[in-house]
Amino acid sequence: MIDTLQNLTWILVFPGLLFTLAVGLLASWLVRKVSALVQYRVGPPVYQPVADVMKLMGKEILVPQEAQRTVFVLAPLVGFSGVLLLATVLWLATAGIVYVGDIVVAMYLMVLPSLALILGSSASGSPHAAVGASREMKLVLSYELPLVLAFLVVIIKTAGRIAPGEQLSLAALSQHAPVLSVSGLLAFLVALLCVQAKLGFVPFDMAESETEVAGGVLIEYSGALLAVWKLMQALMLVALPLFLVVVFLGGIQASGWSLVWGIGKYVLVLVLVILIKNTNPRVRIDQAMRFFWFYGGTLLAAAVLLAMIGNYYGLPWL
Amino acid sequence: MHTLQLWALKKSIWVFHVNTGACNNCDIEIVNLLTPKFDVERFGIKLVGSPRHADALLVTGGGTRQAAKRLQEVYRQTAKPCVVFCTGACACGMGIFEKGYHMAGPIDSLIRAVDPQAIIAYVPGCPPKPQAIIMGVVKALAALQPEREYATERVPQTAYADPG
Repeated sequence: MIDTLQNLTWILVFPGLLFTLAVGLLASWLVRKVSALVQYRVGPPVYQPVADVMKLMGKEILVPQEAQRTVFVLAPLVGFSGVLLLATVLWLATAGIVYVGDIVVAMYLMVLPSLALILGSSASGSPHAAVGASREMKLVLSYELPLVLAFLVVIIKTAGRIAPGEQLSLAALSQHAPVLSVSGLLAFLVALLCVQAKLGFVPFDMAESETEVAGGVLIEYSGALLAVWKLMQALMLVALPLFLVVVFLGGIQASGWSLVWGIGKYVLVLVLVILIKNTNPRVRIDQAMRFFWFYGGTLLAAAVLLAMIGNYYGLPWL
Repeated sequence: MHTLQLWALKKSIWVFHVNTGACNNCDIEIVNLLTPKFDVERFGIKLVGSPRHADALLVTGGGTRQAAKRLQEVYRQTAKPCVVFCTGACACGMGIFEKGYHMAGPIDSLIRAVDPQAIIAYVPGCPPKPQAIIMGVVKALAALQPEREYATERVPQTAYADPG
């Protein structure tokens, strides 16, 4: 009984739903504020994301006539709960709770929001949403392979230093910082761009591009359902950079200065993502695919080779 | 409306821009609102791509016969509550095209044909200055407020969303 209560608190209050949501809304404010500063503007006040979500909650929910109602309404909830679980898994790893295989679970949970977006937009029966869904699908196909290869580099790099049974555990991986080697740095750079695409940020925002397909995947959503999508995106702003921090940058340790340093790492990754967002134009879907498969793939194949050579000859910096 | 809901609505206005046959002059002034000089994102105002996300329709142009049906359809698709802004002389009263054979406007009568209770604000000018458009938004928000509590102290006079 006590255990169940503890787990529920873990998922729903701290560090699950409430805490992650608060951090996520703050992070989405940071996205808009830093973008504004880059463009020499003042930008919105801190409470802006909260006001946006509250306003959407009070608005009318429109469901198109041709829509598949059940899927249309359930898709945002599926995506939201997927990201919530992902965040909880990552916080578990941050707290040092070893659970073998959670890197695989996390990788599956990371696909769930994109899948929910594709489902929801296909169910809405709008041609613009269909274009958005097909672009999102191609984007998922492009960035999944480089992301898995990037994790492969991390697992090879940490091979000798982790007990053989715990190689697929995020908590064990987070004790090491593979980014401090050549192959790890290459893998981190490509994984950062994959996260950019997962967040749906420029240059990989073709699924939502507002000028051509008018909001794309989200075009038919309004009111509280749109609010759930916005909350899901806020949660992703916490979960995905945190994932990079845990896997590549040595995680967040919950004690004294190393906690501050850990939060600093998270903010660093977030600001890096925002700066990439603000200094690049949107690419076409075929350009994104070529980028991830040919350039990303080649770079990562080289990184895998380097990591294996480094392991074989005992060169930790390679 | 609840106080909290009203506060949220006032602090976060997402705008969908509808051109019903404008000469593009008003449209340039609207884009001007997003530039560093005016930066309406300070007040939570944002341009969105779909009427389903919008709280305000920023209508420019006099409402030609081609555009009238589309405007009404866009208004029906907008999630309520929403405000309609008639931006520019043409949108307010068809301007110099008043006697034109191709006109179905003005905008307010087109919107009223769909929803007699619609909240409509007028921003005259050819084109209206960006300051005037911001003023129009402030006055429209003041109209949502109960009689005694105005949206800001900067608008001491009674503000009506619809002078007609």
